[in-house]
Amino acid sequence: MSTNLINGGGALIRALADENIDLIFGYPGGAALHIYDAIYQQNEVQHILVRHEQAAVHAADGYARATGKPGVALVTSGPGATNAITGIATAYMDSIPVVVISGQVASHLIGSDAFQETDMMGISRPIVKHSFLVQSAEEIPVVIKKAFHIATSGRPGPVVIDVPKNMTDPNYKFDYKYPKDLVMRSFPILGKGDDEKIAAAIELFRSSKKPVIYSGGGTIQADASKELTEFSKLIGCPVTNTLMGLGAFPGNDDQFIGMLGMHGTYEANMVMSEADLIFNVGARFDDRITNNPSKFGLAAKKIHIDSDPSSIDKIIGVDLAIEGDAKLVMQQLIEQVKASGFDQAIYKDWWSKVEVWRKAHGLNHDMLNLKNEQNIILPQQVIQSLYQTTKGDAYVTSDVGQHQMFAAQYYKFKDPRKWINSGGLGTMGFGLPSAMGVKFAFPEADVACVTGEGSIQMCIQELSTCGQYGLPIKIINLNNRALGMVKQWQDMQYGGRYSSISYEDSLPDFVKLAESFGHVGIKVDKLSELNDAMKESFAMKDKLVFLDVLVDPDEHVYPMLEAGGSMSEMRLSKDKKTF
Amino acid sequence: MASQISLLMENQPGALSRVIGLFSQRGYNIDSLSVAPTQDPTLSRLTMTTSESTEVIQQILKQLYKLIDVVMVQDLKASESISLEMALIKVLNKSEVISKIEKNYSSLEFNELDNKDEKTILRLIGDTDNLESLLVELEDDLIEVTRTGALGMTLGNVSLETEEETKVIY
Repeated sequence: MSTNLINGGGALIRALADENIDLIFGYPGGAALHIYDAIYQQNEVQHILVRHEQAAVHAADGYARATGKPGVALVTSGPGATNAITGIATAYMDSIPVVVISGQVASHLIGSDAFQETDMMGISRPIVKHSFLVQSAEEIPVVIKKAFHIATSGRPGPVVIDVPKNMTDPNYKFDYKYPKDLVMRSFPILGKGDDEKIAAAIELFRSSKKPVIYSGGGTIQADASKELTEFSKLIGCPVTNTLMGLGAFPGNDDQFIGMLGMHGTYEANMVMSEADLIFNVGARFDDRITNNPSKFGLAAKKIHIDSDPSSIDKIIGVDLAIEGDAKLVMQQLIEQVKASGFDQAIYKDWWSKVEVWRKAHGLNHDMLNLKNEQNIILPQQVIQSLYQTTKGDAYVTSDVGQHQMFAAQYYKFKDPRKWINSGGLGTMGFGLPSAMGVKFAFPEADVACVTGEGSIQMCIQELSTCGQYGLPIKIINLNNRALGMVKQWQDMQYGGRYSSISYEDSLPDFVKLAESFGHVGIKVDKLSELNDAMKESFAMKDKLVFLDVLVDPDEHVYPMLEAGGSMSEMRLSKDKKTF
Repeated sequence: MASQISLLMENQPGALSRVIGLFSQRGYNIDSLSVAPTQDPTLSRLTMTTSESTEVIQQILKQLYKLIDVVMVQDLKASESISLEMALIKVLNKSEVISKIEKNYSSLEFNELDNKDEKTILRLIGDTDNLESLLVELEDDLIEVTRTGALGMTLGNVSLETEEETKVIY
């Protein structure tokens, strides 16, 4: 018995190990010191010291997105906790399983405005799936178990565990036992879908002439990409993925019509607006997809598969809702389609129409061959060079803005979990720390952080963390010397009045900056040098390379849905639009 | 017409704030709210009245059910139910007030509870609409008013009960 006596801090770390967690990202401080002392005294759970708590949560988030396993961050109370908030909100919006453990002042001090006290339970409440305030040291193992169960099951999401310092008192010891099972009242986790609804869904496909399969991040979360692909192949209609769903269906497959929505492809948005059947799996009719909901899919019947019933009928009413786990539901669909057979020829006319759209205004995936006299680099060309160099196999994280959209449009993701971006919250600063999480999970894989000179500066301190742990990430900086997406909107809607978007004279020399952290910096400003620099960067297997690419500062992201319009109302270039 | 939601939730710190948060963060108003433990002291039962639209309520019901601390949710207006509330009012001119109640509000039950300093506390029980119109009529007579908010319960076989516990075994 005596061997199991343990203090609260030790119990917390042991419970993490019992949850098969071997890596956590964090930053120490007063209220978390007992926990850090427990970390020092064991070697099952490795702690990665970041340079800012926001980065700890983003790194845990990136780790979770790439692996499908929960990510863990540990922060102290007060500013440690509030710095973590942006990371938690990011994970919440994209339904990512992250457990954030925050230190808290001792329980008798809570509410007294103690040093580094903040109401973490209150501040985080709207952006967590659930949260716990630890009430006794003995309950720590149960709380940890519940937290991981909640974070990873059903529709995943972040869970906060707030741990008052006295709960981890090193002198208070108790008998450690990790619970084998949990009893939770009415915490329903959806499994298979209703068989009759499955049959009805297939009937809708049979009776439709112009269907589209629209798949989102939920498909990836449910590890249902293989099933989605198999089902799509059986049905044979066009497939589009959301920003969060890229890679769920192979981006290099002819049946794929590209991403849909705000900056989706012309053909995907046209297909969505003319479809007579929209089959949504694991997406949520987000406003970046639907554009004006009252003009969305007017001619289409709609099927919605979701593990979260509250996502159904939230924005767009549907004709057939299948509540269930995407993987299991897709398996049911596949089984029924296989049993009854499916004649794909019924979509022949639909495909000819789609191909006309694709030919007319589809993305040019061969832009590297475009030359211009000034030798200026277009941002799209950088993504294509990255795609070629990494053969489409890299993990690509991104920040937020034009570079994110170019990466989503031009890097044809073949596999799920390789495109890591903050789709829901749109968090600048996400790219580098999330790439760290991915690199820890897959040390042998190519990990690229596609960013811009604006976003990268929001968490640039993590170059130091990358140096400490030897993380050879490739930072692809699309440097247009301005906040590009904001500038684009100012061009389009504010008469080109560039309010607070430039800092050209005060930008750091990114090459020297990278070198000062012990990394390699390469600057490219000529198209003729781009491919070689890209190859050189990835050839340096054990070095972080900061590839600073000076791109055309005037490029806009197109297509772009017109605000308030339908999905067919798009701007296709600076002077061409569909409406 | 106002909607009425009844739910069972874990009787523990933070649970109520999560429920309330769903309303406040969307800018929805709660007209009345009543919470107390049930026969099972680990569960609290909450009755809430709100005048949001039916579509909004359907969405809120799903969001509420999603909360880990919420065990079961019920739309009281979706099946036959009764609803009533209690109010305490303090008045000076007891006899006038009582005659007004007896004349126009015979469906409201009332008792006299106290008469200290010639100020009378009356207990009123009845449905919310009647109670509210009475309070309007009594406006000039009232020294103070406190109300429980509506309580509701469905009739017969339809009850707000916990489903079987979800047991998670690894």
